[in-house]
Amino acid sequence: MAYAIEAEGLVKTYPDDVRALDGLSVTVGPGEILGLLGPNGAGKSTTVKILTTLVRPDAGTATVAGHDVLRRPDRVRRAIGVVPQRSGADPDASGRDNLVLQGRLYGLGGTAARRRAAELLERFGLAEAASRPVRTYSGGTQRRLDVALGLVHRPEVLFLDEPTTGLDPEARASMWAEIARLAGDDALAILLTTHYLDEADRLARRVAIVDRGRVVAEGTPDALKGELRGDAVHVECAEAPAEPLAREALGRVPGVRDIVVDGPRLSVRADDGAAALPGVLAALDQAGILAAAATVARPSLDDVYLRYAGRRFAQANQADAGPLPAGPPPAGPSAESSARAATGGGAR
Amino acid sequence: MSALLAGTWWMTHRRLSALARKPAVLVLTLVQPMIWLFLFGQLFRKVVELPGFGTGSYLDYLVPGVVVMNAVSLNSFAGMATIDEIERGTLNRFLVSPVRRSAIMNAGVVEQAVSTAFQSLVIIALGWAAGARYPGGAAGVAVLVAMSVLVGIVLAALSNTLALLVRDRNTIIGLNIMLLLPLTFLSSAFMAKDLMPGWMRDVAAGNPVSWALDAGRAALAADPDWGSAAAHAAPLLALTAVTVGLAVFSLRSYQKSQ
Repeated sequence: MAYAIEAEGLVKTYPDDVRALDGLSVTVGPGEILGLLGPNGAGKSTTVKILTTLVRPDAGTATVAGHDVLRRPDRVRRAIGVVPQRSGADPDASGRDNLVLQGRLYGLGGTAARRRAAELLERFGLAEAASRPVRTYSGGTQRRLDVALGLVHRPEVLFLDEPTTGLDPEARASMWAEIARLAGDDALAILLTTHYLDEADRLARRVAIVDRGRVVAEGTPDALKGELRGDAVHVECAEAPAEPLAREALGRVPGVRDIVVDGPRLSVRADDGAAALPGVLAALDQAGILAAAATVARPSLDDVYLRYAGRRFAQANQADAGPLPAGPPPAGPSAESSARAATGGGAR
Repeated sequence: MSALLAGTWWMTHRRLSALARKPAVLVLTLVQPMIWLFLFGQLFRKVVELPGFGTGSYLDYLVPGVVVMNAVSLNSFAGMATIDEIERGTLNRFLVSPVRRSAIMNAGVVEQAVSTAFQSLVIIALGWAAGARYPGGAAGVAVLVAMSVLVGIVLAALSNTLALLVRDRNTIIGLNIMLLLPLTFLSSAFMAKDLMPGWMRDVAAGNPVSWALDAGRAALAADPDWGSAAAHAAPLLALTAVTVGLAVFSLRSYQKSQ
């Protein structure tokens, strides 16, 4: 078996003519974490629903753990663990009862189910909360239980659908540590969907960027960022300039390339961003374009996204999904700066 | 087959544990039938004096009516819990597990059956305490409880079907409001069929609530008419099978639509 997950040309159109997937292909190797990165509505959740046998695609094929999702959904279900966006745990039952029942549903005997539940409660720091009803859990505790529920039957492939959405920063960090440990210790193949750029950057060995139902770029976070060569210079204008005017002005600055004009936000790329910045500002000033703010950033996945999807991540999120879910701001400045911090640290 | 049985068992176990954690709900929902029993018992006490009603005590006649009306009312809200489970992601958690689809539905049916049977027995006991008598004895009571369970399963299956297809709480409430009164008053629940206007008698004859009551009352009589009980129970049983089938089908349709 070459791949833990292999999907080819998935197409899914919903009754209201929304084309959720438009020929999406993706592979995940054994023991690998693949980050499926994209804004809300890009098709990540539909991909997970198809690969976990919840939904049948209109076209395309997929195998998970070597089993065809359309022909042998029963075998796929035994091989996968799913941590969905919505918990699904019984709120009035205790964490332990939820885990034991989950074990029984996957065919574990009574003793085995209880032992496995105790093991997971210990491992995920839930021992103290084990006997309390799940509805009393905090967001982070609940999420750890969700992951434990997905692991009860020791799956070969794990699906994590936006595992940290809505968590506070501390709970997020501890969830990240947990996920990294899963792939390391358990050699699980993991498909992680996220709309947090820093999350994909930090956890995934390989990232597939999804936009409008297709994978638009794929590779290791470093390789994707490496393709961009150089720093990004972002300029926020007081008001949106005329595009040709802005392009022409920026085009005159030596060493500047990849000009993107996106309303009042202008972006260019330069080998040394700090050195190019004065020239950029001067050129804009000369053209009568008033700059309100400027930043220089090491390449981040946000830049990769901008390059392949032709729009900014935060914008795509807003355009496709309206108001964002509660929780920390999922993209934009904060995600970018932490992605930058991760890159700047040079850990990878 | 054993996978289906094990799945049904654990899914049912889950449902009944939830019920056992909140026994107050079962008792609280009994308040309404108690009020019916008291109000209708007082209000219509004298209708038995009408020529042709055919029974001496209205309370004797009323208890089966309230038992079945309660089964209709209680179970038409079953879809609410289903919508909760859809929104919470619980249903999807089971759909990605090896549990059979029919086990998920079976568990719902067993839960409705257990809670309906429990409430029916309480109403029958309270009716007895208030002075109602059941000459048919234990066998008669058992048939009445079984009929209330079947009516309950039919309503629960319809309610779940709506929940899976429409996924809207107001529709479920609408089902209860729209069906409860017509189903019970256009039946032999509170009034002997022979005393109804002609059109109403025709409607009542085709009403599953009447089938349940006619079967139950036939079995509760001093001299049980088992032939009549069976003749009314059979179409009810068939209807139960059809509606449960419909609910399983709507589960598949739910899966396609998400």
